[in-house]
Amino acid sequence: MEKFEKLQGIAAPMPLVNIDTDMIIPKVFLKSIARTGFGKNLFDEMRYNRDGTEIEDFVLNKPQYRNAEILIAGDNFGCGSSREHAPWAIADFGIKCVVSTSFADIFFNNCFKNGILPIVLPQEQVDVLMADAEKGANARMTVDLEAQEITTSDGETIAFEVDAFKKHCLLEGLDDIGLTMEKKASIDAFEAKASAARPWV
Amino acid sequence: MTAPKTLYDKIWDAHVAHEAEDGTCLLYIDRHLVHEVTSPQAFEGLRMAGRKVHAPDKTIAVPDHNVPTTAGREDPAQMTEESRIQVAALDKNAKEFGVHYYPVSDVRQGIVHIVGPEQGWTLPGMTVVCGDSHTATHGAFGALAHGIGTSEVEHVLATQTLIQKKSKNMKVEITGKLKPGVTAKDITLAVIGETGTGGGTGYVIEYCGEAIRDLSMEGRMTVCNMAIEGGARAGLIAPDETTFEYVKGRPHAPKGAQFEQALEYWKTLFTDEGAHFDKVVTLKGEEIEPVVTWGTSPEDVLPISGVVPSPSDFEGGKVDAAARSIDYMGLTPGQKLTDIEIDTVFIGSCTNGRIEDLRAVADVVKGKKIKDGMRAMIVPGSGLVRAQAEEEGLAEIFEDAGFEWRLAGCSMCLAMNPDQLSENERCASTSNRNFEGRQGYKGRTHLVSPAMAAAAALTGKLTDVRDLI
Repeated sequence: MEKFEKLQGIAAPMPLVNIDTDMIIPKVFLKSIARTGFGKNLFDEMRYNRDGTEIEDFVLNKPQYRNAEILIAGDNFGCGSSREHAPWAIADFGIKCVVSTSFADIFFNNCFKNGILPIVLPQEQVDVLMADAEKGANARMTVDLEAQEITTSDGETIAFEVDAFKKHCLLEGLDDIGLTMEKKASIDAFEAKASAARPWV
Repeated sequence: MTAPKTLYDKIWDAHVAHEAEDGTCLLYIDRHLVHEVTSPQAFEGLRMAGRKVHAPDKTIAVPDHNVPTTAGREDPAQMTEESRIQVAALDKNAKEFGVHYYPVSDVRQGIVHIVGPEQGWTLPGMTVVCGDSHTATHGAFGALAHGIGTSEVEHVLATQTLIQKKSKNMKVEITGKLKPGVTAKDITLAVIGETGTGGGTGYVIEYCGEAIRDLSMEGRMTVCNMAIEGGARAGLIAPDETTFEYVKGRPHAPKGAQFEQALEYWKTLFTDEGAHFDKVVTLKGEEIEPVVTWGTSPEDVLPISGVVPSPSDFEGGKVDAAARSIDYMGLTPGQKLTDIEIDTVFIGSCTNGRIEDLRAVADVVKGKKIKDGMRAMIVPGSGLVRAQAEEEGLAEIFEDAGFEWRLAGCSMCLAMNPDQLSENERCASTSNRNFEGRQGYKGRTHLVSPAMAAAAALTGKLTDVRDLI
């Protein structure tokens, strides 16, 4: 996984609440057996007409947001399915950070596995960022994971919380499986103990 | 004396293989269910890293999302090229990595969350995961069961563990008795209507109370299935005699002395008196009515006696979301729900594709005909559910009434196979998600119980099933 570097980029506003994984990547695009190439279908049904032409007023189709790297989203972003195709599509589009008042649990976890930083903030602060994002391409925000700070285009800083282990993995681009395999002795010991206690499992 | 524990605490504690100082745990996984959509990239990852499946005997694979549900589906021409590739990839991966596998040609094939319990893979006190959010279903057995992403699928395949932090405890109590015509589906939708789709985020829910205790295993699976729709990581119901009776004799359940040993352990799986819950929601069973969804979020729930709401009935971000939903669904605020005309009825899915669901439908439609022009299909959750329904004479009742009687699969619950809604087609569906486009591009979904779906098939409108029984 790529390391999560300090990010300075355009933020796109998507205030709609309950944006679900079917909106992020409709299931007709889940049929690939690869992890890449989903970006062009990110938000497909909101972004394109049935004939494949772009819907002009969809935020990521607007000239100022086509290269957005940050998404400021409405509450309960990513609800629904466990499909990792959702963060794959977001990452493939080029978005590296999503900010909302809350995220669905599985989506939240999936983000970290794909180098995306999901940030949870209180409503008032999301409102500040949403307003800043609405200013368009010249209003670039900075997301500093190391310092756990977002800086708006006006220089206002907003601190955010992130799980220490997840932060470490993102900053270093670490592979979870490799880390877990270093704990093989613990897993083996657990298996021996569990199979004695619950042999039917 | 140790502090009183919830059921979730007990299962969690019994599966922590490693705990770091910051509370990040390696949770050991007892059963890993695998389907064709969320696993190919995970198996490919193993292959590229030269890794093996850590516990193939605890890993069970079955294709379900893509498979057609019509006769002659062994013919590859029935699937699109991409679907064929995914199913073929699962076939190849299951054989190469040596995991348990039920191919399309096997009578035991079906929706992964129906096959797992049916075959006795799911047992009380276990940890169960699958690259599918409706893994929550297995919580009905008092198993800690939840969906995971594909990176986590790969992690579990490689290590049989998940990196997790513990969730908070939430109790959802349904007191008293349900009224006739009200089912498990109405309970679970009513709960989401109460808590919202984000109300369970960060929690594991334990469902309890008399109305939950009175449910069969099938009904309990329906309730837990939709825990994820309320945002919870998992839903749980403490195992009891109903659970033990269901499990006993299943192909992969313990037998003889080992069953007795297991039973002794399973009987310890309940929430201790005085255990702490971080959030509590209580509904009165007798106040729950048959419900339907009007919008494009599972929280958009109303009793069938209600009317389509107006965006101004809501606050905050939900105002715009409701306006968008009402427009998408082609409804008018103030319209009576029972005036909404239906084009299609879908009965099936991991929420309501079990034998009891089919019996409930048969009770409503026996000796009657579905409305002229109605497209109505019944898709059993597994090949064995289908066989049992045929043995009980249910299939005949369905076909006589005018339903299509299909083969097992996810079918119209999600538009990944040939069973889809067309633009603006309106469906009363026993599935779990009414998201935009979920059942097909611009398709309109109203979530209901099997009995309510059956009633809609007969009248051609959303209908209070109590008027027909």
